[in-house]
This record gives sequence, structure tokens and C-alpha cells, in this order.
Amino acid sequence: MKSLSRILAILGKEFIQMLRDRLTFGMMVGIPVMQLLLFGYAINTDPRNLPTLVEMGDSGPASRAILQAMETSDYFDLVGTVGPGSSVENAMRDGEAAFIVTIPPGFERALARGERPQILLDVDATDPVAAGAGSGAFATIVQQALEPLLGEITPPVEAVIHRRYNPAGRTALNIVPGLLGIILTMTMAMMTSMALTREAERGTLEALLSTPTRPHEVMIGKITPYVVVGFIQVAIMLAGARYLFGVPFLGSPPAFLVAVSLFILVNLALGFLFSTLARSQMQAMQLTFFAFLPSILLSGFMFPFAAMPHWAQAIGQVIPATHFIRAVREIMLKGAGLDHVWPQIWPLMIIFAVIATVAILRYRRTLD
Amino acid sequence: MIDALAIDVHGLSKSFGGTRVVDGFDMAVPSGKIYGFLGPNGSGKTTTIRMMCGLLKPDGGGGRALGLDIIRESREIKARVGYMTQRFSLYGDLTVRENLTFMARLHALPEVRNVVDQALDEYDLAPRAKQLAGNLSGGWKQRLALAAASLHQPGLLLLDEPTAGVDPKARRDFWDRIRRLAKQGVTVLVSTHYMDEAVQCDNIAFIAYGRKLIDAPAGEIPARIGLHTIRIEGPGLQPVYDALEQVPGVEQIARFGAALHISGRNAEALAAAARPYDGRDGFSVSEAKTGLEEAFIWLMSGAEDNFK
Repeated sequence: MKSLSRILAILGKEFIQMLRDRLTFGMMVGIPVMQLLLFGYAINTDPRNLPTLVEMGDSGPASRAILQAMETSDYFDLVGTVGPGSSVENAMRDGEAAFIVTIPPGFERALARGERPQILLDVDATDPVAAGAGSGAFATIVQQALEPLLGEITPPVEAVIHRRYNPAGRTALNIVPGLLGIILTMTMAMMTSMALTREAERGTLEALLSTPTRPHEVMIGKITPYVVVGFIQVAIMLAGARYLFGVPFLGSPPAFLVAVSLFILVNLALGFLFSTLARSQMQAMQLTFFAFLPSILLSGFMFPFAAMPHWAQAIGQVIPATHFIRAVREIMLKGAGLDHVWPQIWPLMIIFAVIATVAILRYRRTLD
Repeated sequence: MIDALAIDVHGLSKSFGGTRVVDGFDMAVPSGKIYGFLGPNGSGKTTTIRMMCGLLKPDGGGGRALGLDIIRESREIKARVGYMTQRFSLYGDLTVRENLTFMARLHALPEVRNVVDQALDEYDLAPRAKQLAGNLSGGWKQRLALAAASLHQPGLLLLDEPTAGVDPKARRDFWDRIRRLAKQGVTVLVSTHYMDEAVQCDNIAFIAYGRKLIDAPAGEIPARIGLHTIRIEGPGLQPVYDALEQVPGVEQIARFGAALHISGRNAEALAAAARPYDGRDGFSVSEAKTGLEEAFIWLMSGAEDNFK
């Protein structure tokens, strides 16, 4: 009973401090809103009208129909045609073209004979996200362009895509689950590590520990308020996703709740671990950013996971955001239930267990 | 049953990173006394105090505070000891009342509201109850810290340089409160750098480089050391200072306003050293009582620096 009353005392104190620190509180509410608007509206990861060059190895009604269809699809902006053997490679290297379509010599005749000739799309993969949508739609565009000419022969040509990337395309739908993971990683880990380090830095931990308060009571009392903050952030993001961007929520809410709770716990434990490593709030913040960058870059948030090199994928596997983002995408967008996302849930559990254990061991040592 | 000794520790030792900060420290403080804890900066006072209130486990030695074992019963000690840290360790972004309420709840006191109201009254903090603690002046912060440290009516108060950086009036007020608490039977161990505070203590323990050098009633300390002091007054004392530094028997010279105090353990040698100035133009030489300050400076300069 006494223990509970002490934990409640710390918890209440933490809330008062949180609300009184306007800047931090504003950040906790403002970051989700700002990021949502930024990523949802400003950052267009589904760009259209990318410059495209055509290498004409042949010409005829079929190739004209294909080019026409590409132009009308909005993905491609045909900026020029070049004859065979000219310096198309240079054009791509210089950034003049994001795509190069090659219609091989003898294309028309082969098509008429039903030989399934190849048509080649080179994709500038330096910005794979930008080019992803166009290259993904290419085969369909070609197919649909040829239908009026040849009828529904499936498939009349073989569309070859060099450095093909991200066939699913990326939209606000895909961004929201990723943002959930990124924002929770940043704010949860940073806020807890700073709140805990603050006590040591300002000397207030000394006064706290000179009372009969136990270390675990300090920990629970200080961390719990941030669980609440985490759920508030999730609620803000979900509401924004629903009403600003019309992102559906197709899957099971309990599965979502399990994934979110687990992920919040993982990040609180991470923040707790950082607080045992950092001597000042400044260091705590630096450590958070250290963890934050790989979460953005290697979790599949920024770049499609499958397209990363193997070593990067290996690192990505131990990043909690990787599993969380996957689980939430599956739940929200594909209507998955708990049984479907279990392959993402258990790695989160293991990561949590490891981080929490190390944190508690280090916490004990730092107290003395 | 009230233990006759509020603090009774033996052989306390503590090292940090290979440096011995406290070395074989013994202390026995009778209940209801005000005990002064003196020593230069970094002498191990804070570490010793933290070991006594169960915040820090000693590497060696042990003992009792309020009859409780400082190693095994540290939680019970924390419930009955009030510790005021050297640095202000309450929350600057909480109000005076919120800080007190928080501490009262950590001690799981019954009727928190009453306890806090009473403390606000007792320490004249009521008009500032709604002020943020961070906006209080130094003197008021110390007063709030003392109120917070004694909320749970501890039998023993450990005060670590409570009046550092506080103006004289606030210091005097603070000491009035300490004496009042002592009169109520609370034992007080207080560390300080101020001699005017040290003389108000019943007993003084002096620690340097982790070792206790002396432990005696304040008035007896100069006599215990056996230090004699002669006062020389006159114009242009700097040449006198320089000359006397070379004279055997003069162990310490200190300026006191317009006078020099020369001290040494050998009374005759000291008198001989001062004799040339006696009767010289404008000079006067007189026997002086060795003060605490001279005694402590002498102790400090003689202490072996085992940090090297």
C-alpha cells in the first residue's frame, strides 16, 4: 500500500512537471501533428511526370501506342527520343532522365508474330522511392496500351525493368503506420531518458532516494506517465490519419493495441537504458538521436526493407521500429489480426526483454 | 527506548575509482546534540554523511544510526533520518506546497495535508506556498529544504553545508531553527565552513583527506592542539610577514584585518620570534587567544594529503 502511494506520488509529480514544461509538452503534442502534415502533404513520395527518354530501335503502331499510354499515365514525361546507340546512359547519369524506355529493333515484327518481344525500362535507382510508382505501373501500362491493337493476348510483350524498385508504390497510406513507429521511437525514448537523467543531473534523485522510496518505485512512477503520453500521441496520429488522409483501419483493434503497447514499452525501456548511460540530459538526447537515425533509415520507413542490402536488413531486424511498422501496416492496411502479425510481435518481445534486463542491471549499478 | 548515541560508526571507509575518499572514520554522537562537521572541500564530509543515512554502502566498517544498522537497515534509517543535501535538491518547477506534499507522500505520512500545512506555518512558508521553488531566493530555498527534510519528524538530521551561499540574516534564522529542533530532542549533524556557526555546535569533528583529525567540544579544540598565538599590530605588515616566515617556532601566519596572528606550539620560541617587534615604532605585540579558525588552518596544513 505504502509502495503504491509512493509510486502515485512520483507519478503525480511527473505529470505536474510535464504540464508545466510548456516547451516539452508542446513538442509531445506538436511533433505528431507536424510530422503528419509534413509527410502527408508536403513530402510527396509518389511523384509523377518524371523525365523519360525513349530509345527507338523500331517504330510502328504498337510502339506509338505504348509511348502514348505512358505519356497519358502521368508517371512519365517523355522529354525526348534518341536513336539507337546514342548516349542514353549519360542522360541518366546527368539526371536528365529518370527513366529510359528501350524499344528493341524488330519489336513490331516480333510482336505481330506473337513472339513476346522484350521492352526494357531502365530506372534511375538513386532515388528509388521517386521512381518506384512509374516503374511499378509500367507493365500494366504497356499491356493496356496494346489491348486495343492485339486483343487480350496475355501478355503480348515481356516488360523488363532494370533495377526495378518498390512495385507497390508509396502513398500517405503507407506513411502513417511508419510515422507512428518513428514518432513513438523518438518521443518515448527521448522523453523518458531525459526525465530520468534530469533527476540525477539536478540532484533531486538524491533527495528522492534519501526517503524510503525504492529504486523500482522511482522507475515505475517516472515511466508510467509517458505510457499515457504515448497513447495520446497514437490517438492524435490515428485521428489525423483517418480524417485528414482517409487512411482506413481495416484490421483488428486488439492486435493494434497489443503492438502499440509493446512498442511503447520497448521505447520506454530504451529511454531508461539511455538514462543509465548518460550523465546529462544533453547526452541523453544525443543517445536518442543515435538510435533514432537507424530507426528512420533501416526500418523500412524511408526505404523499402526488401531493397536494402543484406547487412542493412540484418541491422534492421534488431530495430524495434522495423517490426512495429510492419505489424501496423499489416493491421491497418491489410486487415491483419493478431495471428497474422505474430511474426512481428515476438521479436518485439525479445527486444524488450533484452533492453529491459540490461537497463535494470545498469540502473542498480548507477545508484551507488 | 532511546539510544544514548544517535550516531555510532566505526572504521567507515569508501573509495571511488581507486581513490580513498573516507578512511577509517569513527564517530559517536550523543542524542540531542548539535555536532559540527568541519573540513576542507573534498575532505569526505558528504560521502561520510551519505554512508550514515543509508544512501551509500561503505566499503569497510559499519555502525548504527538511531540504533539501526547503517548497512542492513538502510530503509528503516531513511524513514527516521532527515537528510538535507548540499545542493538544493527539491523541484524548481514545483511550488513550495507541491514539493512538501511530494516529500510527505514519499514518506507515506498519514494526513499529508495537515502535515504540509503545519510545516508551511512552522517555517513561515505559507505566504509562498504557491510560488515555484525555483524562484525562491537562496535563504528561502534552504528553509524549504529544511522543512522538507524534517517533515517526517526525524530523530536525526544530517545537514550538508546547509547555509552555503546564504546571507547572514538567513543563516542566523536557520541556526535558530536548528537549535529549536535540538531542544526538541533531535540530534543534528551539520557540516559547515563558517566559524561563527562552528562555535555554536556542542562538539566539532574535523575531517581532512578522509581522516578524522580531531573530535572535541568547540572550546577545547585550540587547547587540545596546544597552539599558542601572538597578535602583532602595526604599520606596513608585509615585511614583517615575510621576515617571520623564516623564523623557527612560527608555524603559521595569518592576517586578521590590520594585524598578524602568528601561531606555534612552542610558546617560548613564538614569544622570542615576536620580541623584536615589541616596542618598535607604532607596533604592538600582545598575547591572543587561539581561535577555531587558526586551529583549523593549522590542522589543514598539517594533514597528510593521501590523494596524491
